[in-house]
Amino acid sequence: MHFRLCYPVLDVLRWNTLRKPLASIVSAGLSKFGKREGLSGRELFVEAAKEAFENCPNLDPKRDIQALIIGQMSESFEHQGHSAPAVSDWTGLLPVPAVRVEVACASSGAAIRYGVLAILSGVYDVVMVGGFEKMTSRTTAEVTEYLAMASDFPFEQWNGVTFPGLFALMATAHMHKYGTREEQLAMVAVKNHHNATLNPKAHMQKEITVEKAMQSRIVAWPLKLYDCSLISDGAACAILTKPEIARQFTDTPVHIIGSGHGSDTIGLYERSDYTYLNSTRYAAKEAFKMADIEPKDVNVAEVHDCFTIAEIIAYEDLGFCKPGEGGKLIEDGETSLDGRIPVNTSGGLKAKGHPIGATGVAQLYEIYLQLTGQAGERQIDNCNIGLSHNLGGSGATCLIHIYERG
Amino acid sequence: MAETDQYTIDQFYRFISEGRLMAVKCNSCGKQTLPPRQICPECHSENLEWIQIGTEGRILTYTIIYIPPKGFEDMAPYAYGIIELEGNIRLPGIIRDVDLDDLKVGMKVEVCFDRETSDKWPNWPRYYFRPVES
Repeated sequence: MHFRLCYPVLDVLRWNTLRKPLASIVSAGLSKFGKREGLSGRELFVEAAKEAFENCPNLDPKRDIQALIIGQMSESFEHQGHSAPAVSDWTGLLPVPAVRVEVACASSGAAIRYGVLAILSGVYDVVMVGGFEKMTSRTTAEVTEYLAMASDFPFEQWNGVTFPGLFALMATAHMHKYGTREEQLAMVAVKNHHNATLNPKAHMQKEITVEKAMQSRIVAWPLKLYDCSLISDGAACAILTKPEIARQFTDTPVHIIGSGHGSDTIGLYERSDYTYLNSTRYAAKEAFKMADIEPKDVNVAEVHDCFTIAEIIAYEDLGFCKPGEGGKLIEDGETSLDGRIPVNTSGGLKAKGHPIGATGVAQLYEIYLQLTGQAGERQIDNCNIGLSHNLGGSGATCLIHIYERG
Repeated sequence: MAETDQYTIDQFYRFISEGRLMAVKCNSCGKQTLPPRQICPECHSENLEWIQIGTEGRILTYTIIYIPPKGFEDMAPYAYGIIELEGNIRLPGIIRDVDLDDLKVGMKVEVCFDRETSDKWPNWPRYYFRPVES
């Protein structure tokens, strides 16, 4: 395969002897993202699951999968709570335990974390993790209302702010403190839209320009339409195993070598600074320490670009650049496909789409493709280490995972 | 227990309906907290009291909401900011009576009270901000 030609054997041995993986990904699946009329959330999940099963013929789902952990943000979209057993049923996994975890947009990032911990506990050898959201049946006003529920009700929602508004508050603060420019925000959108044109599963495959992004309708100044991620339907899943048995299922496992999870005040306003996210910094510290690597060792990353400013702040909080230099990092092309640290090769939430509960595992899926040399036209050369960064709300939750080619 | 001994969000809004901006002070470590919490987030003490705080503050950051949430359609576009008040207390809310082009970080604003309450949950009034006349 492509990636094997890129790496000397000694390099592989060096990486594999440094650390013990927490868990291994032996297969993953992703539904097509977009407006998926006529398909419910659980049916989208089955689409993702079928891909994961088909690509892993040594896995017998009924025999091998011992638990299902899924992320879903809101019951409101489909008027369906208690979704885990339904998803498990449609996926053919009954009667194993199935549970839904919820931390807003980081719900399936948390599913990965607690899937990993379930394996580390020794109770399970094989766990399926995933997530879904079915959003497009609702009007934009309804979607806005449901998403706002992930912000603080008594002070934020009650007093008239939206989610774009919360990230706009961070953007204004970042622009004021560091001189970050609206054009630099637009450059994040241009990059991610370009990457999505190379991803057949992306919601939107359309190049845009900085001028077009700058001229788009203002949603919450300084954020415009093209600074916002998409409202999408979609699902993602992955099969995690104990590292020792991963090769029973595949010759090309991807190991999870670091996991970080941080929390902060649900209300943005209570935090001491709006130019960074303490939840990201906390989770990054935990994940990097566990993986025993540094930010400069990361070859490819999927970060939570729910709004363009969030990607710029993520660069800084993850240590890809210094605080305040995120705008320069995108402007210098360092995070493009041919840059020093390609970010959101999938197109990101911005253009691949953001079916909320699916996003965390969809990020894992892209890293899995990159580290197994299956990312097609957007494949990054020399990929050993990948990272996913998944935010909940305005950053009250952050999940980070670090992955290594097996 | 009298309602004013309860350090709740509902009580905060009752004070707003009376035209008073109240925060919770910890008598053990001195930390002032808003939103109110029943346990001091700094030192875990339950020795708390309500104190009235000054209504003047400054804009820490702001946005202009063009696409509003439900219930705010008639106001858009409107300014929304996070305001720093005395005692390092921060409150978010709508900034009214301001020329949107004049908004800037550091601008002085004051808390105002819209005391009208609704008979629907959560039955709260609203506060808002407006620029302080200089």
